[in-house]
Amino acid sequence: MAAAESSDSDEEDLVSYGTALQPLQEGERIKKPVPLQEQTVKDAKGRYQRFHGAFTGGFSAGYFNTVGTKEGWTPSAFVSSRQKRADRTILGPEDFMDEEDLSEFGIAPKDITTTDDFASKAKDRIKEKARQIAGVVAAIPGTTAFDDLIGPSKITVGVELLRKMGWKEGQGIGPRVKRKPRRQKPDPAVKVYGCALPPGLSEGSEDEEDEYQPENVTFAPKDVMPVDLTPKENVHGLGYKGLDPSQALFGVSGREHLNLFTGGSEDTSNLLGDLRHSKGRKLGITGQAFGVGALEEEDDDIYATETLSKYDTVLKDEEPGDGLYGWTAPKQYKSKKRSEREVKYIGKILDGFSLASKSSTPSKIYPPPDLPRNYRPVHYFRPVIAAGNEKYHLRKALEESTGKLESDTTQQSRHALNASQRRERLGEAGLKGPTPSVLEYLSEKDRERLKEVKQASEQQMKAKMLPQQLRNSRFQPASPDDASRKWQMLLGGQLANAGSSDFKPFARNPEKQKRYESFVKSLKQGEKVDTLEHYLDPSMTEWERGREQEEFFRAAMFYKSSNSTLSSRFTRAKYEDDVDKVEVPRDQENDIDDKETAVKMKMFGKLTRDKFEWHPEKLLCKRFNVPDPYPDSSIVGLPKVKRDKYSVFNFLTLPEPTTSVSQATNEKIQQNNSLNKPKKPSRWDVSDKEKEKKDSISEFISLARSKADVQQQPPVPATEECGTGPSETLPTEVANEDKDQEEESRPSMDLFKAIFVSSSDEKSSSSEEESDEEQQPTTSVIDSETTKQVDIPDSSSSNVQENVAATTDPGISLLPTSKQELDATEEFGPKLPPAFSSGSTWQQEPVVPASFPGPSRKEKHRKNREKHKTKREHKHKKEKVFNLNKQFIDSLICQSKFFIIYAGL
Amino acid sequence: MAFPRPRPARPELPRRRVRTLECGQGAVRAVRFNVDGNYCLTCGSDKTLKLWNPHKGTALRTYQGHGYEVLDATGSFDNSQLCSCGADKTVVLWDVATGQVVRKYRGHAGKVNCVQFNEEATIIVSGSIDSTVRCWDCRSRRPDPVQVLDEAKDGVSSVKVSDHEILSGSVDGRVRRYDLRAGQLYSDYVGSPITSVCFSKDGQCALAASLDSTLRLLDKETGELLGEYTGHRSTAYRLDCVLSEQDTHVGSASEDGNVYFWDLVEGSLALSLAVGRGVVQSLSFHPTLPCLLTATEGHVQLWREDTFQPEGDAAT
Repeated sequence: MAAAESSDSDEEDLVSYGTALQPLQEGERIKKPVPLQEQTVKDAKGRYQRFHGAFTGGFSAGYFNTVGTKEGWTPSAFVSSRQKRADRTILGPEDFMDEEDLSEFGIAPKDITTTDDFASKAKDRIKEKARQIAGVVAAIPGTTAFDDLIGPSKITVGVELLRKMGWKEGQGIGPRVKRKPRRQKPDPAVKVYGCALPPGLSEGSEDEEDEYQPENVTFAPKDVMPVDLTPKENVHGLGYKGLDPSQALFGVSGREHLNLFTGGSEDTSNLLGDLRHSKGRKLGITGQAFGVGALEEEDDDIYATETLSKYDTVLKDEEPGDGLYGWTAPKQYKSKKRSEREVKYIGKILDGFSLASKSSTPSKIYPPPDLPRNYRPVHYFRPVIAAGNEKYHLRKALEESTGKLESDTTQQSRHALNASQRRERLGEAGLKGPTPSVLEYLSEKDRERLKEVKQASEQQMKAKMLPQQLRNSRFQPASPDDASRKWQMLLGGQLANAGSSDFKPFARNPEKQKRYESFVKSLKQGEKVDTLEHYLDPSMTEWERGREQEEFFRAAMFYKSSNSTLSSRFTRAKYEDDVDKVEVPRDQENDIDDKETAVKMKMFGKLTRDKFEWHPEKLLCKRFNVPDPYPDSSIVGLPKVKRDKYSVFNFLTLPEPTTSVSQATNEKIQQNNSLNKPKKPSRWDVSDKEKEKKDSISEFISLARSKADVQQQPPVPATEECGTGPSETLPTEVANEDKDQEEESRPSMDLFKAIFVSSSDEKSSSSEEESDEEQQPTTSVIDSETTKQVDIPDSSSSNVQENVAATTDPGISLLPTSKQELDATEEFGPKLPPAFSSGSTWQQEPVVPASFPGPSRKEKHRKNREKHKTKREHKHKKEKVFNLNKQFIDSLICQSKFFIIYAGL
Repeated sequence: MAFPRPRPARPELPRRRVRTLECGQGAVRAVRFNVDGNYCLTCGSDKTLKLWNPHKGTALRTYQGHGYEVLDATGSFDNSQLCSCGADKTVVLWDVATGQVVRKYRGHAGKVNCVQFNEEATIIVSGSIDSTVRCWDCRSRRPDPVQVLDEAKDGVSSVKVSDHEILSGSVDGRVRRYDLRAGQLYSDYVGSPITSVCFSKDGQCALAASLDSTLRLLDKETGELLGEYTGHRSTAYRLDCVLSEQDTHVGSASEDGNVYFWDLVEGSLALSLAVGRGVVQSLSFHPTLPCLLTATEGHVQLWREDTFQPEGDAAT
């Protein structure tokens, strides 16, 4: 423009627009324009004003739209103490407003202002509408806004009068009518695209339809819209209205899709000129226009405004005055379908009833299925027969009767199932634990007895049946077909799911057991009785075979019933009865009698100390921050070895080869140990004392020890029935023996017989022994029998000898007396003379079954006697007797002590 | 030129009763100092466990959660956890501050007599009347013990734990020492039911009290008898024995209501404190000071040496 000025003089006919800039001073530099990012707008108070969107009016909040200040944002410190609880403050929009916003001319004035009613330019509905229409048709849309500036200062008289007559803004003029309000609803036929709205949102008004409708309520007539008769003169689209500045600028919505300030539920405001602020609503901040702050709770309706239902998708004439009652109308009148329904339903509605909101969809009727041609409407009861074992003709008969055989015969009624079957069907895991049968828990002897009884009864039955069969003039196999059939029926399908054959009722007779197993197997497969008989022993007579078959059936039956239900109730014994080998701690604490004497003599140290290899758990070492002493070992605790359960050698000194896994690592330790004691002292082992030649006691012990060993040596073959071949232990034993034999001569043979030839036919049961023993203490103080034992009373080492004698006696040690009692007694037993006691280790001993053919009491005594005779030295009879007594006396004393300790106070 | 060191003060014994705590929790089954001796725990027969400051006489907290009387308790090295056991067959691990039960170990088949933490409080060792010693893991969540030491033939009455050993005294008359480092179990036969065992502070000896009214000091390595202390009466109850803070004296509770102290070396009776009329059930010796806690009947007494000046006692 400087150019224009300069050329002014030349060409005067030029027209200049705008204001001229200040002429530049000489030498002055041209000011650089302020860059865009630095152009700021400040309000009257010097605060920065920001523009927020070109069309929404530019509104600023906070500091650059943040909650901070120029110095930054300092969050309010959260303080909550017991006395002063922090209360939850709910922030309103005012908290984020500048103070001038709250002033008289602000957007949320707090001062007293003239309300619409009294304002000079009252928002007259009709006028407004007219103005809007005028605005639409005007050449420049929005020019009617100027009318506001020159509006009358008072409400017109007509309006005043109308108000006094009860007219309210937004209503039509005329008598009140009794009709249902109508409201524009999205046409049900209109398809809604996109996600279906939640029912409460889109059909919320529908749900309200069937609410109570009072009859005597009248409504003001609808406001009448002045008919717009202006011809279309512009080139806009049909129905197009230009942007109304009054709407756009003040955020008032004429059309829904511009409506930013109304919630979705209030979709009544598609009324022309439904200006919000005219209804007492302050224009402006309702929160959601600004989005939802972090402190505001309500954030649900942000996206709900734009629904397709808010658009007109069909060209139709607007219902006059639609939605006039808008949000002021009672909710139940917001319905629109009412009229439709009334059209639909012509009959009367009974009192207390109302029309259903949803017409019930006619229930679909399915045609019955076509009957198969060969269907016979007769029910028959099928005999309950399980899959495996129907006989052929039975199956046939079934087939004939039903036309087809039921494919899955295991499908039984649910009442016929037992627990395990139900479990199987449900797919549950079986009960944990082995599934042994009850028979397994019985001792061998009891089992035999059971069998005998069974057989006896069967024989009786057979004997009865035999004449009958003879009467039939034809000798038949003793197991008649019907009987076995009956068995098969009884056993039924339960056999099929009977698990692996843990149950071995004929374990004693392996052949028979084998036969039994194959028998059961075939039974499971459902073979006929005739074929089953193949599994029986062909060498038997028919009668025997019949008997066996019966037996097998019974066993199978027993197994079936006891299998699952009982097995979970029992646990296996620590030591299995059938197994000959037993896990015994390799090292056991020595007999305490010599220790007791040592204690009495206050010879603590080697005599009273036992040292064992002990394997701590790896985790324990880790927790203690100690390296695992046996890193290669898998043993935990004391190493254990397998021993013959009933072997004499179980209770003897057995310098066995070490079986420890950690042998390599232990070797050094073992060697150290072996200086003092043998590698494997058993409970009865006193041989470590052999090494301690210095002690007189240990010398005695070693002597006795060797004697005992020698005694045990020969009868090894005779012990076969008690425990089968301790073969691995034997060589070492012999080697051990050899040393000892030099010192002692062999005892006579009848001694061994007395000890080891056990009388298997003897009726000695454990109970008898026990009672025997119990009598002993009371009577035997002067027992003549035991007096015979007195050979050479040697005062000094009598008790030691005593112990040896006792310990070498397997019979006594196996006595199944109540071990706890003994435990308590032994350990508590105070100052009484050293007792015969083996109780301290009895916990590790197997419980001896009743059928164990142990030597009788008498024999034991005899054996003791003989032993003592052979040992021609250091015998002290009175002590012996006393010791036997003492067990029980001690037990009584010490148990009471035990109670006292813990009952204390 | 250096002055000769002053002669170490003659070891003193707690002779003066400084304070009596009325525990109000029935019979006090056990009283135990914590690791530094500033606090103590009392195990009541009313199923509660209480934490005290015995020097000030204030009860700090009550721990409830046992199903039956509490028989023993101990605190961890960092005072953050407690461990107690009781006649309800459980071993309970407590959080000191919150008083909540952190873990409950069930597995013993009978009353649990005694309980000990290991050095780092990662393992709880408990001995029970069911003749087992069980080692429980505090670190993992597994409910089973890490290892069960079932060598005892009768109830285990006392257990002590050192950095690599577990010492257990059993009613079967044996003192068993499980040496984890060597992988050995040493079993010393004493003969009479053991009521209490403890290590000496130097870790060389083990003291065992037994029901024949005798305390025996055994050499840990060889099992030899180093000393024997008699004079008290212990025939029926599970009584505690202690070693003084410098291992100079051996103390034991007694059924005649006294507490006896013997000179460790000479074996002569050094002191007999008349504590009360009833049986002195439990003892606990301060780890560093000549200070003793005794539990009789329903109260606990704090004993100090003669020269002790209670500071701030007037204030309280």
